[in-house]
Amino acid sequence: MSVLINKNSRVVVQGFTGSEGTFHASQMIEYGTNVVGGVTPGKGGQTHLGRPVFNTVAEAVKETGADVSVIFVPPAFAADGIFEAAAAGIKVIVCITEGIPTNDMVKVKHFLTGYPETRLVGPNCPGVITPDEAKVGIMPGFIHKKGHIGVVSRSGTLTYEAVDQLTKLGLGQSTCIGIGGDPIIGTTTLDAVKLLMADPDTHGIVMIGEIGGSMETDAARWIKEHGTKPVVGFIAGQTAPKGRRMGHAGAIIGGADDTAAAKMKIMRECGIHVVESPANIGQTMKNALK
Amino acid sequence: MNLHEYQSKEILRQAGVPVPAGLIAFTPDEAGKAAETVIKLTGTDTIAVKAQIHAGGRGKGGGVKIAKSLEEVATYASNIIGMNLVTHQTGPQGKLVRKVLIEQGIYQPGPSEIKEYYVSILLNRSTGRHMIIYSPQGGMDIEAVAAQTPELIFKEEIHPIGIQAYQARKIAFNLGLSGKAFQQMVRFVQSLYEAYIKNDLSLLEINPVVKTSNDDILAADAKCSIDDNALYRHSELANYRDTNEEDPAEVEAGEHNLNFVKLDGNVGCMVNGAGLAMATMDIIKLSGGDPANFLDVGGGANAKTVAAGFRIILKDPNVKAILINIFGGIVRCDRVAQGVVDAYKEIGNIPVPVIVRLQGTNALEGKKLIDESGLKVYSAISLQEAADLVKRMVN
Repeated sequence: MSVLINKNSRVVVQGFTGSEGTFHASQMIEYGTNVVGGVTPGKGGQTHLGRPVFNTVAEAVKETGADVSVIFVPPAFAADGIFEAAAAGIKVIVCITEGIPTNDMVKVKHFLTGYPETRLVGPNCPGVITPDEAKVGIMPGFIHKKGHIGVVSRSGTLTYEAVDQLTKLGLGQSTCIGIGGDPIIGTTTLDAVKLLMADPDTHGIVMIGEIGGSMETDAARWIKEHGTKPVVGFIAGQTAPKGRRMGHAGAIIGGADDTAAAKMKIMRECGIHVVESPANIGQTMKNALK
Repeated sequence: MNLHEYQSKEILRQAGVPVPAGLIAFTPDEAGKAAETVIKLTGTDTIAVKAQIHAGGRGKGGGVKIAKSLEEVATYASNIIGMNLVTHQTGPQGKLVRKVLIEQGIYQPGPSEIKEYYVSILLNRSTGRHMIIYSPQGGMDIEAVAAQTPELIFKEEIHPIGIQAYQARKIAFNLGLSGKAFQQMVRFVQSLYEAYIKNDLSLLEINPVVKTSNDDILAADAKCSIDDNALYRHSELANYRDTNEEDPAEVEAGEHNLNFVKLDGNVGCMVNGAGLAMATMDIIKLSGGDPANFLDVGGGANAKTVAAGFRIILKDPNVKAILINIFGGIVRCDRVAQGVVDAYKEIGNIPVPVIVRLQGTNALEGKKLIDESGLKVYSAISLQEAADLVKRMVN
């Protein structure tokens, strides 16, 4: 078992023939992901990476039965890509694109309320991977190992760091979900934690957050009430100054409640194994599982 | 991107939000002429002379003065232009004032009581919608109002289809207005929201909104930030950027597409990825150092970007060591290592120890390149090893 994606997922790539789309789609195919085709408006009918190219997502869904899409289109067109995927009936939309205007995401979020069956992951995220089954995103596949730890994170390379620590300690992963670093994202920390908590094959959860917003504390409060598995948590940005955007558009301290210290305190009170040092994420999970 | 008060007011004026008449001046001479124009235009008998820097608290710091004559305008303008203005938001080093806003005074006594309100618009991250925050307690620090009288802070969430008239009326009622002032506030709030959406702002704060003695509603101050991700569709606003208000190192980093934030510590760092960069800063702190910066080199870590990163970090005399932390995914560690070696040789002598931690794709090959380079560079594979090296360097 796993969540969101597995070996049966039929993946369509939006922005398939662009340089980003081409590179990452070929990596995904190499990993063994069932990439059934791609979409580039105006290039329908061509073949790319040995897969059919379609003009619209709807066409791709009709011809290939695609149920997952991954978006590599530039920021100015990414919201439109999400609208199109949802309207075409895609169930899981993974948006990798970084730099989408907030106002576009306000509209996306509202639009998606009309598609309750559709789940958006991202934007500005590394994607989702179920090791040995499907990689839908840009993460390096080789650091992952099949197993029973679920990972949810707002960051890219910091997620790889955590996964690498887990793998080297012999702890494989069920599914790793990069939820993205923007202020408005489709799947929140809590959404991802709920999915992993309900997955019988996930035995422990690593939750990596950042300064800014209240997603981690929302998840922590839910875990306190409903958690059935050990959760290890880390919040990046303990040394970040107030009011400055730390790379990610969402990583900005607005008030006293969204500092790393405040979040870690609440997470601890909710029974989460909070690590101060990002070097101890793997070992802490290993200890928590004993 | 943050805007000056006078720029924010230009945006508001274009959207039909009432603001006092005003002109920008770079010299005392220009200030005098601007004041004459404003007086001719409005018949005002007072002129506000306001320092334009990207920081709040300007009035308390002596950067805002009310002049009652053209002579006073000249005196105040020559005092303020060129002054080093220190406020609670500038830090102790303060900021050099290069220009002043010459503005119509709006606090003249008259038939109706003058009042100040607070109105701001920003994103509510938990609902993914914009909201208007407002209070009848304007003109003071809103965080203090929130702490002392939270019942006087109101919030109105706006549906993505736009602000509705009933919401603007509700706000005007909650602010205790009636008659002409009520009508004006309804229009004020509606056009304010239009300005916020149309210009892709991430923050629009008016503190205070003033009800004049004639029951007119005006934005006496204005603070705007534009969503950086949306700047591509507002070429007309790109000219508003004032690099004088930014840290020179941050401006230089931006030219190299590096994401850099200057901090006050003693250990510089260079990392791929924003989350890992923050985590690396945390590791530095836990190892007994203090991060001197945030620096995300992104996905394209190569000799050129690493060299630019070195140069920017080394400008800071407080830096005692540099930690490079790269998790190779798509980026190959051996290429990054070669980049570090090339950059090191290009710069020549780097006076502080450099710790390079490479993990992920081709990490061992990368470590070998560093170890065999003969340079004064320490290599590490695990995050803990890197942390231990930092500890050794700062002690």
